[in-house]
Amino acid sequence: MNAADGGIPRLKVEGLAKSFFNVPVLQGVSFEVNAGELLGVVGENGSGKSTTMNILAGVLPKDGGRILLDGRSFEPANRREADAAGISFTQQELSIFPNLSVAENLFLGRFARLVKGLPLVARRRMREETRELLRAVELDVDPDTLAESLSTGERQLLEIARGLASDIRVLILDEPTTSLTEREANRLFGIIARLKEHGVAIVYVSHVLGEILRLADRVLVMRDGRVALSERNMGLTSRQLVFAMVGRSIETLFPTRSPRAAAPAQILEASRVGDQGSVREISLTLSAGEIVGVSGLMGSGRSKLARILFGLDPHRDGYIRVGTRALGAGDLGARLAAGVAFVTEDRRRDSLLMDATVAQNMALASLPMFARGPCRVIDERKLADKLAGLVDRLSVRCGDINSTKVRTLSGGNQQKTVLARWLLRNPTVLLLDEPTRGIDVGAKEEIYRLLTDLAERGSALLVISSELEELTGLCDRILVIHRGRIVREFSRDQFDRAAILRAAFGQSDV
Amino acid sequence: MPLLFFGVLLLVFGTLSPRFLALQNLQAILVQSGWLIVVALGMNLVLLIAGVDLSVGSAMYLGAVAVGMGLSAEPVWVSLLASVMVGALFGAINGMIIVTLNVPAFIVTLATTFIGRGLGIFISSTKIVYASRPVAEMGRADLSGIPVPIWLTTTAVCASWILLRHTPFGPYVRTIGADREGARRAGVPVALIACSGYLLCGAFAGLGGFISLSQTSAASAAFGQNAEFLAIAAAVLGGTSLFGGRGSWWAPVSGGILITTIQNGLVMIDANPYAYPVVTGFVIFLAALLDSVRSWPVLRYRPRAG
Repeated sequence: MNAADGGIPRLKVEGLAKSFFNVPVLQGVSFEVNAGELLGVVGENGSGKSTTMNILAGVLPKDGGRILLDGRSFEPANRREADAAGISFTQQELSIFPNLSVAENLFLGRFARLVKGLPLVARRRMREETRELLRAVELDVDPDTLAESLSTGERQLLEIARGLASDIRVLILDEPTTSLTEREANRLFGIIARLKEHGVAIVYVSHVLGEILRLADRVLVMRDGRVALSERNMGLTSRQLVFAMVGRSIETLFPTRSPRAAAPAQILEASRVGDQGSVREISLTLSAGEIVGVSGLMGSGRSKLARILFGLDPHRDGYIRVGTRALGAGDLGARLAAGVAFVTEDRRRDSLLMDATVAQNMALASLPMFARGPCRVIDERKLADKLAGLVDRLSVRCGDINSTKVRTLSGGNQQKTVLARWLLRNPTVLLLDEPTRGIDVGAKEEIYRLLTDLAERGSALLVISSELEELTGLCDRILVIHRGRIVREFSRDQFDRAAILRAAFGQSDV
Repeated sequence: MPLLFFGVLLLVFGTLSPRFLALQNLQAILVQSGWLIVVALGMNLVLLIAGVDLSVGSAMYLGAVAVGMGLSAEPVWVSLLASVMVGALFGAINGMIIVTLNVPAFIVTLATTFIGRGLGIFISSTKIVYASRPVAEMGRADLSGIPVPIWLTTTAVCASWILLRHTPFGPYVRTIGADREGARRAGVPVALIACSGYLLCGAFAGLGGFISLSQTSAASAAFGQNAEFLAIAAAVLGGTSLFGGRGSWWAPVSGGILITTIQNGLVMIDANPYAYPVVTGFVIFLAALLDSVRSWPVLRYRPRAG
């Protein structure tokens, strides 16, 4: 181990702390990496990985704790200072500028000078060094090509090449393989091995546990802004990592369901519904107090089904009824009146006004309910009372809901805001498309509890999800969609992940 | 694209008026386009950072007022420097407000347009200001057989070329224009560069105003009015995007010559003078249209293997 030469780690972090809007996201994070070592960092979304990396790279200031680089205190005020100190950061979100050339992208922020002291760029030298760096990542393009003509994988390699452009001591890679093909990823692993030989310390953040276990000398698992596990990668298993990430086994996330009434009232009925395209002959019923799951691959028609049920898209064949009332194709108003609500898949794009406040977002769909008198004036006090109650019930964590913008909330709290909007209307039928995508475990658990609670109060829920654990943990029945048709139905006692997956892939079973 | 357009113009005007294609007239077009090219060079810089400067006309006027009122006897270079400095100061104020207060450039420069012109009218007491004799003589003089305004324009173009092609300033402004926050994260000194952009835009406007003044010898209260729109049109016609990040150092040159050619051609074919603004309006519209067509995703899409 290189640590033996003097025993000072290349990078040592002690008690790192950071809060956003008074919500702590890092609480006493400590770890170290030696020269020539790779530290694999895993953790769920919102566990504080990205924040930690951003602090190391000078993008964010820290609130507390110490960072030691080769034993010396290191406090980068900005990205440039971190760069100059030899800390290079390859970000998860690509920061390649499509309108600049490959060479300009590589040297942005540190152009080689023709003459010392003059701001003239040594274009030829820059081009030569670019060729060298491109060779190092085995990317075969001309330095003058505009970056916009590169594929996503090539841009990722370019981003990594940018990390190599300076004399690096620490290389931070945040999800470097997300947009790489397998061949490109292997190329990257080769580059990493070479860098380690040159004594670079590497911090490697990834969701792919296999990569971590394969590449890492040490593994750091983060959870809720703390270190959940920090060990040498000797005999570690992905099971251990998951356990450390989640803090419990996955089953305990779901609340237990109390048994339902023997003959629940049927609320929603769809019969042979189709749009002569992506959805065909769908028949389903939802009863009071029931949670029905819909499983299917991307593009199987599962989201389309929800849009048709909610009336965002029209259907052509069959009929949809809520109670005894038939709902016209694409008649959104009739559904709202009948108490149908829809939590869409992409909350940022389809649901939330990002720059409006939490309160405004919550009240959006139910303002007429609070309008009084001949002038239809909004009863602010009643509304505020209701909202306060909801914030409490959903445990939305934010500052003052009347001044906090939704943009500043975490994914989980944003999703709760969307849920609150529909809960205000006391929905009898709630359709949810990917209700927990991009949300941390804690918020997931709270949302599961809320959905179960809703069902127990008599609402009917339809949950579309690509996470099988979520469906098997939450639902009473699961419908599997394949190419626009419901191919199988599983009741709770029949739940079998493998069978559900097979059905989703269109393989007949039994 | 501008080249094709230019060819069509030469053909049309050439057939309609035999005088149009005379060597003398073509040189006149170059001389006439000088001020517009120079002002558009500055505009080009702020367009690249996804900004705009509507106040260049007022900067031109203030420069002219300074030269005409205070420097009647000084040598030419003092007047030139004064005009550029006044423009730069004006631009620097724009830049400071835009960057530090984070107000949209459109609003800030719209306000300073009126402030600047009002100030100029106040100083000159609404009287026409005249260029000093040496300045006016310079406007008509030759140096090695080439008119001095062309020399000045060429110098400005070279400066812009060096700035955008051979200093970090070029990639910096395009980075800021593409993604301001991303630029900051990449370590680009965004505030400094943006501010310098507006300062330089003002300086170029000052120089453009000086060239124009030396040619017309006098500046009324309307001097430089609407220059901002011609300058924007010139830069955009030449290929710079209105939405920032995309463009080149030569865009204002081709665009400026194009616009001047149209104006010159209209005179040559004895068009009704009332038709000039109509045609100019169409050209500006064309520039905007070209720019949005350029950003159609279909045209951007380049299929790649792998």
